[in-house]
Formats: sequence, structure tokens, C-alpha cells
Amino acid sequence: MSDNTPVVQGRGIVKRYGHVTAIDHSDFELRQGEILAVIGDNGAGKSSIVKAICGATIPDEGEILIEGKKVNFTSPIDARNMGIEIVYQQLAMSPALSIADNMFMGREIRRSGFMGKYMRQLDRPAMEKFARDKLTELGLMTVQSINQAVETLSGGQRQGVAVARAAAFASKFIIMDEPTAALGVKESRKVLELIQDVRARGIPIILISHNMPHVFEVADRIHVHRLGKRLCTIDPKDYTMSDAVAFMTGAKEPPKEGTA
Amino acid sequence: MSEPNPTSQEFETAVNRTEKVAEFESSRRGFVGGLQHILHVNPSFVPLIVLLGAMLIFVLLLGSKFLSPFAMTLILQQVQIVGIVAAAQSLVILTAGIDLSVGAIMVFSSVIMGQFTFRYGIPAPVSVVCGLGVGAAIGAVNGWLVSRVKLPPFIVTLGMWQIVLATNFLYSANETIRSQDIEANAPFLQFFGTKFSIGGASFTIGVVFMLVLIAVLSYVLRHTAWGRHVYAVGDDPEAAELSGVNVHKTLMSVYMLSGLICAFAGWALIGRIGSVSPTSGQLANIESITAVVIGGISLFGGRGSIMGSLFGALIVGVFTLGLRLLGADAQWTFLLIGLLIITAVAVDQWIRKVSG
Repeated sequence: MSDNTPVVQGRGIVKRYGHVTAIDHSDFELRQGEILAVIGDNGAGKSSIVKAICGATIPDEGEILIEGKKVNFTSPIDARNMGIEIVYQQLAMSPALSIADNMFMGREIRRSGFMGKYMRQLDRPAMEKFARDKLTELGLMTVQSINQAVETLSGGQRQGVAVARAAAFASKFIIMDEPTAALGVKESRKVLELIQDVRARGIPIILISHNMPHVFEVADRIHVHRLGKRLCTIDPKDYTMSDAVAFMTGAKEPPKEGTA
Repeated sequence: MSEPNPTSQEFETAVNRTEKVAEFESSRRGFVGGLQHILHVNPSFVPLIVLLGAMLIFVLLLGSKFLSPFAMTLILQQVQIVGIVAAAQSLVILTAGIDLSVGAIMVFSSVIMGQFTFRYGIPAPVSVVCGLGVGAAIGAVNGWLVSRVKLPPFIVTLGMWQIVLATNFLYSANETIRSQDIEANAPFLQFFGTKFSIGGASFTIGVVFMLVLIAVLSYVLRHTAWGRHVYAVGDDPEAAELSGVNVHKTLMSVYMLSGLICAFAGWALIGRIGSVSPTSGQLANIESITAVVIGGISLFGGRGSIMGSLFGALIVGVFTLGLRLLGADAQWTFLLIGLLIITAVAVDQWIRKVSG
């Protein structure tokens, strides 16, 4: 595999729901080490295409290649087993459980030896240490205890834990769905820094967002989705935010494919 | 509320804070906030205090009459069935469900154990296994309806309660198997009633079973992945699913285990009352919910500990016996239990505000 093999490549993806075509022969490409923002008007199908990539919906036509190899995900768990992590808008955390419990939900570590094998005991010290290390790496150890319930955290801290969880387990790439939508200015800033930190570790990110300033701040390329397909991919350095919005809404003709 | 988290305000700069933050926090929290925090972390603390307080009051009022090994034995004897059923109920309520069919499953299982032995002449141990199997199977149907058909647990188990109870009466022809017959022909059915004594207090296998069951479930819920999944499913099933928890499998296993535990309660019931009676244990569902709620397990799921249910059941037992020894009208017990239920739910709501 050469360095410029796209991490994800979608070709001619189609998804229909009855008479509605949510994805209409759309292409998709995420390259190594980049932050790709996906923008589009409401109902343009940007979340549909991302769902198709992570196995949450199964496309009717087209193919998806991960690092050049064709995949057929049937659930997000398949994608996760390949090292694809998703940070959901609603965060997917159990508020009453601790940070450590949440980070390892669904992939707990068991103790070795008799206690782990026959008593199925969890290796709490190992999980707590791992969680603490990961949060510290991302500068998130402002939380008082790794054992505190997620519901006692602020919105930004929760988002931080969700990002840390994704970064800790992602070996291929991370999908983030509107990570700053519910946050205040300061907390958004912190999360944007986190996103850049994660990219600096070499993990590519697909960022779905409505927030143009945030998109233009962190994205390397912007995938503009319109009417169920990729309209164009632009380099944020070559266009302004109003250009992007104009492409999104159809007010302006898109540039030729492949400009970025 | 009392949690204006200062770190969240300074999210960006507070990167390298140390434990000092926590100290600063707790001193600011004040007594009420601190109490709220403790209860948030240890939800079974309230019932434990109530239990110890109630015992203290009865000891002061009744003296050695209440503190005697005899009285303690009696409380445990009376609590064992409710305690076992409450363990099953706790599991279901932790997943934000409710199981109204627990009492019916218990009675039906005991009837199967009795009738299989006496009507068909099947060896008692085999009949017991059949009874346990039927309990788990009914639980599986409940679980499937809740998890796959997505019906509300209240409705599913309300229906199942009636179905199982009616089946119980139809199958048993409302016939009781007498204690003497069981003792003579199939003493294995009364196994849970076997007595042994330690220091003047006599225990039964049923009481020991209840205590061991609660201890095992407590361990499993706290220290295994399955236990964490039960809490996660009760807390927010969608989030659990997205985090990779198999919600269907977790719910199925919880309802099946609940059915199985109820069947064990049915076996223990034979040991307790000696006979097999299709009309016994009618109040087990309400009594188990009462124990669970007083025990501080949230009816909204995901919160509480199973130890609390044991304390809840013991509180009811202590009140019942204490007031009886005082010569009070039995209605006072119900009145106090009613007050406790409402207080317990109010406390649960208050504890939840930590998250707000």
C-alpha cells in the first residue's frame, strides 16, 4: 500500500428508501492524515453517506474501499473492529457510569488468570490507567477522577472523553458528527484543538459540521454534498466561506471535480 | 445545583491541575452537597442507614426481645422469599424495565416441581430442574417481547403475570400438595427449608441461598463486563448500542436470569411453607418492587446496587416484626412502608440532580 492510497474510497454509492434516493451515485474520498470536512444543506444526505461508510446503513449499489480493500460492513461494530471510530453527536455515553467504564464499554479488558478466565473479572486498574493515560495525552486530565460519573462532567469534558475514546481505539480513521454543535465558544475551541491533536498523531478524520468557521479552521479539504451526491471537493485556502455556502445551496456553479 | 463545576469554566487553562481541584470542590460543596455526592456514588447508603436506624429504634423500644437470635432468625426467614425475588426484580429494574410476573413465575415453578413429582412420579431433582427450566423459559419470552418486539416491560409482564397465574391454576386444578406428603415422599422439594443453627440462631438453606445470591449478583454487576452492560442498557440503551453493547443479548439474559431466580424462589417457597400451594406468594411482585424501591434502585434504570434491595427487604422485615412485637396494628406497617417508598423515590430524584 503506497502512501497516497486513500484511507476510504467510495465509488458510485446509492441508497434508496422507497422512492427517496438518499445517496445518488456519490463518490467519497478520505486521504491519509487529513481532516476532511463534509458539509451540505439539511437533507443533502451528508449523514447518509457517512453512515454508509461506517456500516450504519448498507448501500444498495456502489463499493467502499478501506485502504484499497473492498469492505462490506453490516454494522458499525464491523467498522469498529477494523479500527474505525465514530464520535456521535449524542456522544453515546452512559451518564451514570464512570469515565473509565464508558471508554471501555463494549470492549472491556478482563483480568488474566483464574479471576479473569473463570470469574470473568474486569481488570479495573488496567482500564483506569489506560483511560487516564489517554486523557492526559490529550490534555484532558482536568477531570478530578477517572471514576467519576460522566454526568458530572461539563459538555466540553464529555465531548473530550468521547474524542479521547475514539482516538484511543482508532487505527484507521475517526468520524465526528457535529462535535461542536452543542458547545459554548471556549469548549468548542478546546474540541477543535483536540481534533487537530488527533490529526497530528496521524489519524485522519471525517468531520461533519454545519459550522463554517470551524470547518475552515481545521479542515484540509472540504467535501461539499448536494442533492445526494458529492458536488465537489474544495481546498479551504482557495475559497471563502460564502463560496462554500453558495456551492452547498446551488447558488454558484461548482469548480471542476478534482480541484482539491 | 450545588455543582457549579469550576473546572468546566476554565476548561482550557486548567490542563495541568492536580488533585487539589477535588479538595477545593468538596469544601465548596457544603454538607448537603457532600451528602448528595456520597449518595450518588453509594446509592445503597440510604437504605442501610434506615435499616440500622429502624433496628436501633426497635432495640430501644423492645430491648432484648428484639435483639434475640430468635427474632433475627425470624426476620431472615420471613424475608428470604421476597429477598430472592427482589434480586430478580433488581436486575430487571436496572435495565429500566419492571417485572410484574415474578410472583406468578415463582408460584408456577413451585407447582411444576410439586406436580411433576407427585402427578407423574418423576424423581424430585428432575422435577426441580424442570421447574427451573420453565421459569427461565417464561423469562425468555418476556425478554424477547421486550427486546425484539419492543413492547413496554410493564405491559409485557402485566400480561405474562395473568397468563402464568391462570396457567398455574388450570394446571394445578387449584390443588395443594400437603406438607406431610412431600416430607414423606419427596423431601428434596423442601431442601431450602433445611435448618441448621449457629450460636442459637437457626438458619435455613433458603436464607443462605438468598445471601449468597445477592453477594454473587453484586460481584457480577460490579466486576464483569456483563454487569456494566446491564447498567449501560438501563441508563441509555441507544448509547449502549452505539458503544458496541449487544442490547438484545443483555436484555434477554437479564429476563431469563430473572425467570430462573424466580423459579429458585419457587423452590425456596416450598421449603418455607412446606406445601406446594398454587395460591401462595400472590403479593411477591408488589413486595419485591417495594424492596427494590426502598433499596434505592432507580425505577428509571441504570442506578442503584443490588445490596440496596436486600436492605430494602430487610427494612420491611424489621418493621413487620418490630411493630408486631410492639402489639401495633399491622396497618401501621403498611403505612410506614408506603411512606418509605415515596421518600425513597424522592431521594432518588434528588440524587439525580447531581447531573443537572
